[in-house]
Amino acid sequence: MAKLKIEDLRRIKESKKGTVNLREGVYRAKVTVHMGTCGIAAGARTVMNTLMTAIGEKKTDDVILTSSGCAGLCSQEPMMTVEVEGLSPVKYVYLDEEKTMKIFREHVIGGKPVAEYAITMGSETTY
Amino acid sequence: MEKQKKTQHTNLMICAGTGCVSCGSFGVRDALVKEIEKQDLSDEVLVATTGCNGFCAAGPLLVSYPDGVFYQKLQVEDVPFFVEEYLLKGRVVKKHLFVRPEDKEAIPAINDIGFFSNQLLVTLRNRGLIDPEIIDDYIARDGYMAAEKALNEMTPEEIIREVTEAGIRGRGGGGFPTGLKWKFCADASGSQKYILCNADEGDPGAFMDRSILEADPHAVLEGMIIGAKAIGAHQGYIYVRAEYPLAIERLETAIAQAEEYGLLGDDILGSGFDMKIELYHGAGAFVCGEETALMLSIQGQRGMPRPRPPFPAHKGLWNLPTVLNNVETWANIPQIIFRGSKWFNSLGTEKSTGTKVFALTGCVKNIGLIEVPMGVTLRSIVYDVGGGIPGKRRKLKAVQVGGPSGGCIPESLIDTPVDFESIVKTGAIVGSGGMVVMDDTSCMVDVAKFFLEFTVEESCGKCTPCREGTQQMLHILDRITLGKGRPEDIDTLITLSAMIKSSSLCGLGQTAPNPVETTIKYFREEYEAHIFEKRCPAKKCKALLKFEVVPELCKKCGLCFKACPSEAITWVKKSVAVIDIDKCTQCMNCYAVCKFDSII
Repeated sequence: MAKLKIEDLRRIKESKKGTVNLREGVYRAKVTVHMGTCGIAAGARTVMNTLMTAIGEKKTDDVILTSSGCAGLCSQEPMMTVEVEGLSPVKYVYLDEEKTMKIFREHVIGGKPVAEYAITMGSETTY
Repeated sequence: MEKQKKTQHTNLMICAGTGCVSCGSFGVRDALVKEIEKQDLSDEVLVATTGCNGFCAAGPLLVSYPDGVFYQKLQVEDVPFFVEEYLLKGRVVKKHLFVRPEDKEAIPAINDIGFFSNQLLVTLRNRGLIDPEIIDDYIARDGYMAAEKALNEMTPEEIIREVTEAGIRGRGGGGFPTGLKWKFCADASGSQKYILCNADEGDPGAFMDRSILEADPHAVLEGMIIGAKAIGAHQGYIYVRAEYPLAIERLETAIAQAEEYGLLGDDILGSGFDMKIELYHGAGAFVCGEETALMLSIQGQRGMPRPRPPFPAHKGLWNLPTVLNNVETWANIPQIIFRGSKWFNSLGTEKSTGTKVFALTGCVKNIGLIEVPMGVTLRSIVYDVGGGIPGKRRKLKAVQVGGPSGGCIPESLIDTPVDFESIVKTGAIVGSGGMVVMDDTSCMVDVAKFFLEFTVEESCGKCTPCREGTQQMLHILDRITLGKGRPEDIDTLITLSAMIKSSSLCGLGQTAPNPVETTIKYFREEYEAHIFEKRCPAKKCKALLKFEVVPELCKKCGLCFKACPSEAITWVKKSVAVIDIDKCTQCMNCYAVCKFDSII
């Protein structure tokens, strides 16, 4: 490793921004893949892999990806919930790789929900 | 290559401070990595080790991000279930959540736990968020940006002005304004100067510096680089005690990484400034935490204090101008330079700015390492952060602040703000940050004796008041706890204290009588009970214990009879128990089991 210059310091900082945001809980968009037994059986892992690759390739550092249990709508799995800052959360159903990519591009990055794959706006109230 | 493109969406941060390591956190980490591989989750989940998280009593600890779920008491055998439930199925594992003592509610989010939410992290800002052995993690959180600013954009005068305006005072115990110390040294003539870090943390029960070094070693190095530029030094030493192997290991790693990146060595960040830092291992003498003794020790001589002046700022290491600051002080410096003095002095009180790290131990529910703004009350520390006193029948009696140099602050003064001035008014000192909470089972004479035994042991013997005076005080305390106290003993202790404080050479002797003085000041009646009534009210001093049963309170249950290992209690059904003093070994069993307080 050559000695760092000021620019290198900034570059390292920039390249780790995603990790820092993740650990600080700072994000613009949060994607939750529902990974109950039903979701996994229906192919939630593919959805998850697609998203991980997409985030990695796009080098976005303000999107966090997390998994949760069964969302209760087992017949329409795989599902995911997308929460973009300033917008209501949206639940998507019957996902596959292609749909996931479209949602990632248009909703997660673009901020425009993909109505044709969505089942509902908003989430259940939780206590 | 395909795999590397993916982003790991979950980070499991395992605490690898000494506390958690000793209860097996490395084993848990290895088991997690293995299990995650087995479940084919390796490119989704990152397992990282961090420095001390602070909640040492509940280790091994793990915090998961981005969800911020706090898991405690994880063992290797819990790992397979944990991975399946939490990582595969996305369900929080209740078994390992923190349970709020008041309502037995399990709390998943780390920020909802009082122990964490009532803290303010400046010095420890990176704890639990970075891997201390990865320099990029530190840089990612603005690391070395302050050094860059100081080296390339600021003059030494500007650095000193910023530190002075921040109002930071030495965190090692003295509370001397750091900026002023630097100015003295910068003004001193001499081409060669030294910058030192005091990591010879020796107070019983204190582990602030160790935790900082283990969690964020680069912050200390960065602080020292900034200090070196301010005073014009190019060589630094960290005097770290050899009993801190993990801290030493991480420091060595950090120094090697910084050297590789050119953040230490020649021409740092292209600024033309050179700086080297070396470690020096202390051999375990408490007195070497005193600055002049520490410097002699680095020179290879016997660690003994010398009279001041000349102060180290003029004649320090090798008789050359030297600045010595404590680990915690150094760790604050990058923040002050990076975020500015105005930000720093907005924290804390007017005369005690910033935050302070404390090692909270003793009779308190949440034992661990905490950081709070200067000026919060002791009550807030004990109850909001510490969670209060364990045991329904127990009451808070006193808080010992400042270790063997500090004093006992009684429950009646629990609303005292924790800042340099207010604590000194009580007779204690903020010190380096040891804080021992004591409940009503603590005997204050015994506590004073404990701390004095420590200072007697650690006195270097150079000056008579400290060497002989503390020894005499200990004789008297010994006598009192054995029931042989004399009526004049309290006055003698007070006289001796005043003499030792005024005539000792260094801080060790000048503060050694503090525990005795404060306990006499606030708990004189306890000393009197020992001396005149030959009685220890807290039932600690064995020689003074003569248990008996109060017949009116005895419910004749026989619990004490069953608990007695030495057949000193006679009891038959429906009769009051009787204790045979000659057979009694003062083991306290009967006293502890009696539910009706009928044994006194």
